[in-house]
Amino acid sequence: MDELTSTFVTESRDLLAEMEAGLLRLEQAPDDRDNLNAIFRAAHTIKGGSGVIECRYIERFMHKVENLLDLLRNDALPVTPELATLLLACSDHLGTLLDVLTAGLEAPDAATSARGEKLEAQLSACLPCEEAGAVPVEQAPDVKASGGGVVSLDGWHISVRFGRDVLRNGMDPLSFLRYLATLGEIVSIETIADAMPDAAAMDPESCHLGFEIRFQTRASKDEIEHVFEFVRDDCTLRILPPRSKIDDYIALINDLPEDAMRLGEMLVRCGALTQAELDHGLAVQRAPGAAEGEPLAAPPIGEVLVEQQVVHREVVEAAASRQATVSQKKAAEARLVRVQADKLDQLIDLVGELVIAGANANLLAHQSGRGALIESTSVLTRLVEDIRDAALQLRMVQIGETFGRFNRVVRDASRELGKEIELVITGAETELDKSVVEKLGDPLMHLVRNALDHGIEPPAVRAAHGKPEAGQIALNAYHDSGSIVIEVSDDGAGLPREKIRRKAIERGLIDETAALSDQELVNLIFEAGFSTAEQVTNISGRGVGMDVVRRNIQGLRGAVDVRTTEGEGSTFTIRLPLTLAIIDGFLVGIGNASWVVPLDSVVECIELPGAADTRDYLNLRGEVLPLVRLREMFEVGGEVPARQNVVVVQYAGHKAGLVVDALLGEFQTVIKPLGALFSKLRGIGGSTILGSGEVALILDVPALVELVASAQGRTHGEPRTRDLRAVP
Amino acid sequence: MSQISTTRPAPPPARPGAAATAVATAAGNAQYLTFVLGGEMFAVGILNVKEIIEFGNLTEVPMVPAFIRGVINLRGAVVPVIDLAARFGGKPGVAGKRTCIVIVEVADGDTRHDIGIMVDAVSEVLEIPAAEIEPPPAFGARIRTDFIAGMGKVDGRFVILLDVDRVLSVDEIATLADIGRPTTILPA
Repeated sequence: MDELTSTFVTESRDLLAEMEAGLLRLEQAPDDRDNLNAIFRAAHTIKGGSGVIECRYIERFMHKVENLLDLLRNDALPVTPELATLLLACSDHLGTLLDVLTAGLEAPDAATSARGEKLEAQLSACLPCEEAGAVPVEQAPDVKASGGGVVSLDGWHISVRFGRDVLRNGMDPLSFLRYLATLGEIVSIETIADAMPDAAAMDPESCHLGFEIRFQTRASKDEIEHVFEFVRDDCTLRILPPRSKIDDYIALINDLPEDAMRLGEMLVRCGALTQAELDHGLAVQRAPGAAEGEPLAAPPIGEVLVEQQVVHREVVEAAASRQATVSQKKAAEARLVRVQADKLDQLIDLVGELVIAGANANLLAHQSGRGALIESTSVLTRLVEDIRDAALQLRMVQIGETFGRFNRVVRDASRELGKEIELVITGAETELDKSVVEKLGDPLMHLVRNALDHGIEPPAVRAAHGKPEAGQIALNAYHDSGSIVIEVSDDGAGLPREKIRRKAIERGLIDETAALSDQELVNLIFEAGFSTAEQVTNISGRGVGMDVVRRNIQGLRGAVDVRTTEGEGSTFTIRLPLTLAIIDGFLVGIGNASWVVPLDSVVECIELPGAADTRDYLNLRGEVLPLVRLREMFEVGGEVPARQNVVVVQYAGHKAGLVVDALLGEFQTVIKPLGALFSKLRGIGGSTILGSGEVALILDVPALVELVASAQGRTHGEPRTRDLRAVP
Repeated sequence: MSQISTTRPAPPPARPGAAATAVATAAGNAQYLTFVLGGEMFAVGILNVKEIIEFGNLTEVPMVPAFIRGVINLRGAVVPVIDLAARFGGKPGVAGKRTCIVIVEVADGDTRHDIGIMVDAVSEVLEIPAAEIEPPPAFGARIRTDFIAGMGKVDGRFVILLDVDRVLSVDEIATLADIGRPTTILPA
C-alpha cells in the first residue's frame, strides 16, 4: 500500500468514526443542522479522497451515500429512524470497503459487493428525485421554484472565458482545467459555446469557449488564480468564493456577456444556485420596471441586494456562522500532528534516560559540595521535570473516545434484543495512558455486552418489577489515589446468587458445603468457563466473558470487582494503575537495597514504636493499621536496624503500614517493566534505575496488601473484597 | 583457539534442535560460544549471544525461584539474570573472579527478550560442524534432556549445546515464578 493510500485509509477511518458518531446523534436530534453538515462533510471528504487514490468502488458507494445525505441536508427528505439505520449500515459497509482497500485487493469479494449493491439499491430507493432533478432544469427554465437540483454550497465558482488568441499563443484551455483539477475536485463543469460563430465563419484557430466550473478545494483564491496565470491577459476570469451570496451570482450573471437567462441555467446546472434562487433573483431584478433590454442597470441590482439581504438575512447569518465554525474546526484539525506511536515511545524512553542521567548528575553535584554546580543541576532538574511532564502528557488520551464507541454497541444491541436501553457516560474527560486505553477496549466491551444481555431485563419484566421500561447502562471514569477507576453499571436484574452458586457447584468450582460470603460468591463469575446465561446469544454468553475480562485487567496490573444487588443492578469496578512510564516515587531502604513506593499511595511516614515489634498491627491515632513487614516478606537477610519506619499507604479506602528500614525521600521514577519473565510476580510493579545506576524495584501497593491479606487470612480489619483472587 | 573444519563434502542435515539454536555457516558449520559451569563445558549458538559482561551490580528480586538471581541495569534496560547452575537443578552458583553474565536473546512467540545467564567462566567461540554434533543422550547428562540441543565433539571431549529457547523459556520461568519459591526447581 503506498503512502497516499495509507493516509487515505487512516483519515477515512477517523472520518468514518466521526460520521458514525454523527449518525447516532442524528437519531436523537434530527434537526441539528451542524451535525448533518458534519456527517455530509465527512462523507464528502471520503468520497473526494477515494477519487484521488482512484479507488472506484469506494467512490461510487460514497457518491450514493452523499446524495442521500445531501437530500437530508437540504430538507428534501425527513430524517427517519429507518434512514439512520440504513446510513449506519452504509458506514459499516464503508468500513468493510476500507478493510478491502487495506488488504490491497483489487475489488471487494462477491459477498461484500452484494451487500454494497443491496445498500446502494436501498439508498437509491430513498432518492425520489435524483434522476428527475437534473434534466428538466435545462429543458424547462420556467420550472416552478422549489429548489430543484443539488446545490453544493461550499464550493468555489469559477467562471472563465478564454480569449480568441489563446490557441494561437500555444495555450490549450483544457490543460488549465486539468491542472485546476489537481488542486481539488471539479464538481461540475459547463461549457459555454455561445460565442461560437456559424461553422462557415468559424476560424478553427480561434478559441470561442468559456467554462462555468463548480470547484471544491482547500486552495486559496490566489492559488486558483495562479492556475490561469499564463492566460491571465487572454481571458476573463471570475472567481466566487464558497458560500457567496446569491447577489454575487446575479452580479456575475449580469457582468458576463452572455444572456442572463442562459447563464443562470448554467449556474443551476453547475450547482451554484438553485432554480428557485435564480428565478427569484432575476424576477426581483426585473420587477422595478427596468427596461427588458437593460439587464445591466445598476439601481435594480442595488434593490436586489437590499431585497435579498432582507429576505435572506437569516440564511446569510447562518451561513456565515457556519463558515466560522467550519474554519475553526479546520484550524483545530490543522493544529493536530499525526505522530507514529513508536516515535512517541522512543521520545518517552529518551526522557526516561534523561531523568536518570539528571538524577545521577544531581547526586554527583551534591557529593562534590560545590554550590554553583548544585544550583545549576537543580535548575536542570526542574527543566527535566517539566520535559518529563510534557512528554508524558503526549501519551495521555481521554477515555471518552473509548466510551463513545459503546453508543453504537448499545444502540444496535438494544434493537436486536428488543430492549430499550440508554447509555449514560460520565467522566469521559478522564485521562489515561494511551497504551492502557488500547488494551481496555476488549474487557469493557465484554462488560457492556454482558450488561446488555444479562443485566437489563426485557421491558415487560422491568414494568412488572415497577422499574422504568428503559434500562440504563452507565460508564464512569475517575481518578483515585494514583489509580484510574472505571465503572460499568446497569440497573438491571443484578446477579442471581443462587444460580451462581448452583452453577459453581455444577462446574466444580466450589463444593456443596462451601460457605462463601455474598461477595465471594458473585466474584465466582470471574472464574474460567462460567456463564449464567441460559441461552447462548449473539451478544454474549459463550462462557468466555468474565475470566477474559479479569485476565486482561490483571495483565494491566489492575483489578476488577463486582457489586450487585439482586433486582437493582450490578456495578463492575475496574481499577487500573495509571501505568505511566514515569511516576513520582518515594524511596525506602530495606537492607542494602532500595525500593520505590509510588508517592500517590503514600499517606504519611511514622517511626515504628518499639512496642509494635511483636505485633503486626499498629495503633494509628485510634485506628488499627495492619503492618506489612517487607523485610520478612522479601526474606532480606542481615541485621535489623534499631529504628524501623512505617510508610502508611492507602489503596481503595484501605490503609496499611509498610515496615521499612530507612526513608530515603522522594525520587522521580522511570518505570522500566520487569519483562515477561516476571509477568506473574505480584507485589512488584516494575523497576527503576537510580542515579547510581543501581536497579530499584517498585512496590505494587495494592497487590502487596492483597498478598499479605490472603496469606494471613482475614485477621485484620474488614474482610477484603478481593480475597478470592486465585492463589494457586 | 581450536578451529575444527570438515573435509566431508555433504554433511548430513543438522538435527532440528541444533538448527534452531545455531544458524549454519557456509558448509553446515555453526559457531558457538562455550563456557564453563560447575566444571562442565557448555555452548550456546553465537547468534543468540548479544554480549558478555562482568558479574556485579545485581538487584535481587524477592518472591521468585532461586534460579532468578535478580536484575541488572544494562545501559538503561532492566535485564533479568538467570543462575544457570540453579536452573539445571544444582546449587546456586557462587560468584567468583571469572564469573560473567552472558546476555542472550530468547524468542517468545513473536517477541524477543534479553536475558542474562550467569556462568562460571566464558571460554571461546568455536566452529562446530554439523557432522560433529551428536543427539543428546537419553539420560546421564545431569540436566534435562530437552535443554540439550546436541552434544558437540570438540578435541575428543563433549560440549553440551544448549537449546536456549527451552532453558530460558519465558513461559516456563514465569509459571515457576508464579508458584513462588519452589523447593524443587525441576518441574515434573
